[in-house]
Amino acid sequence: MAAISEPVARSPLLPERFMKRPKSTEGFMGWVTTIDHKRIGILYGVTAFIFFLVGGCEALLIRLQLATPNGKILTAQVYNQVFTMHGTTMVFLVIMPMSAAFFNYLVPLQIGARDVAFPRLNAFSYWMFLLGGLFLYSSLLLGGMPNGGWFGYAPNTSITYSPGHNIDFWVFGLLILGVGSTASAANLIVTTINMRAPGMRLLRMPIFSWMSLVANFLLLFAMPVITIALFLLMFDRQWGTHFFDPLAGGDPVLWQQLFWIFGHPEVYILVLPAMGIVSEIMPVFARKPLFGYPVMVFSGIAIGFMGWGVWVHHMFAVGLGPVATAAFSVSTMLIAVPTGVKIFNWLGTLWGGSLRFRTPMLFAIGFVLMFTIGGLSGVTHALVPADRQQTDTYYIVAHFHYVLFGGSILGLFGGIYYWYPKIFGKKLDERLGTWHFWVTIIGFNMTFGPFHILGLQGMPRRIYTYASNMGWNLWNMVSTIGSFIIAAGTLIFIYNVRKTDQHGEQVGPDPWDARTLEWITPNPTPDYNYIEVPVVTHQDDFWHKKYAEDETGRLVKVADSAQFIQRRATADDHIHMPSPSFWPLVAAFGAPIIAYGQIYHFYFVSAFGVVTLLGGLYAWGLEPSTEPPDPDDEHQQPAVGAPVAGELAGVGASGGGDPTLTSGDTFKPAGTEDLDD
Amino acid sequence: MAEIAAHPPAHHADTHHQTSTGISNEKLAMWAFLGSECMLFGALISTYILYRHKAVSGPTPHSLYDIPFTSVSSFVLLMSSLSMALAVAAIQRGDQRRLRVWLSTTALLGSIFIGGQIYEFTSFIRRGMTIKTNVTSGAFFVLTGFHGVHVTLGIIMLLSLVSLSIRGKIPQSKAEIIEIAGLYWHFVDIVWIIIFTVVYLIP
Amino acid sequence: MTDHTTTEVTEESEEELAVEAALESRHGHPSDMTYVGIAFGLAVLTAIEVGLYYLKASTETALTLLVLMAIKFSIVVGFFMHLRFDSPVLRRLFVLGIVLAVTIYVIILLMFGILHF
Repeated sequence: MAAISEPVARSPLLPERFMKRPKSTEGFMGWVTTIDHKRIGILYGVTAFIFFLVGGCEALLIRLQLATPNGKILTAQVYNQVFTMHGTTMVFLVIMPMSAAFFNYLVPLQIGARDVAFPRLNAFSYWMFLLGGLFLYSSLLLGGMPNGGWFGYAPNTSITYSPGHNIDFWVFGLLILGVGSTASAANLIVTTINMRAPGMRLLRMPIFSWMSLVANFLLLFAMPVITIALFLLMFDRQWGTHFFDPLAGGDPVLWQQLFWIFGHPEVYILVLPAMGIVSEIMPVFARKPLFGYPVMVFSGIAIGFMGWGVWVHHMFAVGLGPVATAAFSVSTMLIAVPTGVKIFNWLGTLWGGSLRFRTPMLFAIGFVLMFTIGGLSGVTHALVPADRQQTDTYYIVAHFHYVLFGGSILGLFGGIYYWYPKIFGKKLDERLGTWHFWVTIIGFNMTFGPFHILGLQGMPRRIYTYASNMGWNLWNMVSTIGSFIIAAGTLIFIYNVRKTDQHGEQVGPDPWDARTLEWITPNPTPDYNYIEVPVVTHQDDFWHKKYAEDETGRLVKVADSAQFIQRRATADDHIHMPSPSFWPLVAAFGAPIIAYGQIYHFYFVSAFGVVTLLGGLYAWGLEPSTEPPDPDDEHQQPAVGAPVAGELAGVGASGGGDPTLTSGDTFKPAGTEDLDD
Repeated sequence: MAEIAAHPPAHHADTHHQTSTGISNEKLAMWAFLGSECMLFGALISTYILYRHKAVSGPTPHSLYDIPFTSVSSFVLLMSSLSMALAVAAIQRGDQRRLRVWLSTTALLGSIFIGGQIYEFTSFIRRGMTIKTNVTSGAFFVLTGFHGVHVTLGIIMLLSLVSLSIRGKIPQSKAEIIEIAGLYWHFVDIVWIIIFTVVYLIP
Repeated sequence: MTDHTTTEVTEESEEELAVEAALESRHGHPSDMTYVGIAFGLAVLTAIEVGLYYLKASTETALTLLVLMAIKFSIVVGFFMHLRFDSPVLRRLFVLGIVLAVTIYVIILLMFGILHF
């Protein structure tokens, strides 16, 4: 849709000439008011990557401190802040939003939709992420960063043992982030269930969109639990309640229970999207369908369900008694089954394929190998007697870094390389990408491999230094060297991005000869995604249009991808996309304002924050999702039958109104769709 | 209502988009949100159940309850669900006037409920039970407080809808918005059904 | 008839289309009197619950109260929230939330020794 630099539409409640509805998609304001899922995806991705660098620096500080015994780089107090923020950052400000970047960019494209169900809510979720992250880090300048571990165990985080504001920033920061995540989850669930192209039955949907759906269901149901835990902690700290105070009848174990009911599904939220990415990459670079697509879908669903039944394995040493411990030990062992099934299916995808070891494929294979190692150590934790020795040692740190870095991060990088040409129109340099991969994977194994040994040698977690006669010196030094190798790999990646931006060659819309719908959009993808909503007849529909199998089962090319790449809109097409808005940002600003007011007990500040939040939401609810076209602008004349101004000025209670085609489109009427139940 | 012109549907009103399930996005979203809220209130209710008998000192809620008063409050909230259902039925028939009447009634009954809560809370506080007196009182106030905030936000939403109706922004074609608001309101009512039984009535 | 406050001609024809759609979707909707009847039933159940409160405290009364609570819950969800007549997708979504919540929180309470089997 043509970008207009002059705002025309007015927000209904406000006086003339003040706060007109933004119309432009150009420039800085265009990004600030965007509600386009692709731009929001890019915002998530770039922001998450910056936090990755921050969290990475925190990791380097930790490794510098622990490189030698009796380290003097960080004091114990500072160390506590650094490791807490490293964990909090990587989980909440890197992996979750980077996954969200992919959800946002890809899901509408993969299912053949024009945007998500609630574009402004989508923008709001991003702003809550950014503002929540900045709020968390503002603690650095306001007395000290959170220092109670990323899991904030009570009563250590109580006001008695954590008297400063550090933990308050953690509590409110996570609450802000949580609201954004929950909203995003609901948005994506509705989008995936409700906005699929005709013929896109759930079991024809790309596997990444499936894993995204499961992960978002987990988010939807898990976030409320940590929300309550955080509120209870906040009330203990601010209002003198006793939820986690044993002297008053409270129970610190309640914190752990609530936290891990959230925390365990959370780890599947962290890994399922990356698994989805790997499942997308491997078939393309093996030129074979994903082995056992339905099984992959159902194992993903199984992981989602079973993930709710294992949380106590984080608490085997708490003393809950043999019944609980044994039951959760069994359930933890069982969850290895659907996970293992996925590993075998990935191997099955590669087997007999025509393998192309491009960078995305390297990262995908890296994921499978590293995640398997992490999964194996995980299975050892399921055995309670073994876990009693492993828990709270570096052995556990090894496990979760193998699954989260060796797993999720490698998978996410694979996704970046794979979809980069679709998003930015250029492929990242292949040679630099290969270097990035190898340097990273070598550095990664050097950093975290030794943790298995250190853990079994008894090195506890969260210690800021250790004595020189513990026997831990060698592996700690090796690990630190490894961490700097990872850093070097990351620098190669950054250099790659810059080089590609400056000198990279433009590539076509389907540079990898891929299988799924998103590759049929022209480069760069127009804001309306599809000029004609595709009608889907197969899983991997695009592939089926290009290739068939002959009698011997060999692939035969039947059509060139260029035939299916969609055209761009012309002046005769009238596609009305939702209009940009600044209300999501305004509303989001209310959240940290409320939080600052609560922390410092400036209640009028909190009240102002509430007004900002509610006022922003109100104005948002009252503005139509799509502004009526400006009658003075002939390029915007609506086609016959387009929604008229009066109707559009109606209520959009939840900021809804999904972007649809007006007449002149080729959207099939309802009767021809394969409606799922 | 009887004179329905025989227009071929050039396109549907904007709340009847073609979705893969036939349910509107907004309605699906509200149910997803309510599913999420089950986990939220479940955590609060479990915390209360956990801490019911763990108070170390101070008056506990059970010793201070005025069951007849709370029963009336509960009855009021229950009747507000009735008026909400009637509001939805009204707009589905295109009856703007009754819509406003029933929405206002719902908001009024909701406000009476909140008034009752405030009265109850202040009387507890006067009699020495605050949020920090003991774990039971803490769990009680947090649970009922969260519920009360939800009701209050609901009342604000209802009054906004009345205002929009007066300004003609809720034609019959947009009845679903009221239905969705109704889903939220009924949910808040069923949470109270649970709270009333589990917190007040169970011995 | 319908009580518009807007008078634009174009909006009226939109209205007529939507009336038709709304009428179709009203099939299966209870009438006003049905709602009143349901509300009456809920009030009666509430009265019984309150009555039970005044009886001697016992496991039986507690269980009965919980059963009554579940019945009231189902009635409001099924009829007022219309879940009984709506698409199965919605029912499954909500039931998922409820079942998940009940299962998880019951397990927690068991672990704290609050519930005993």
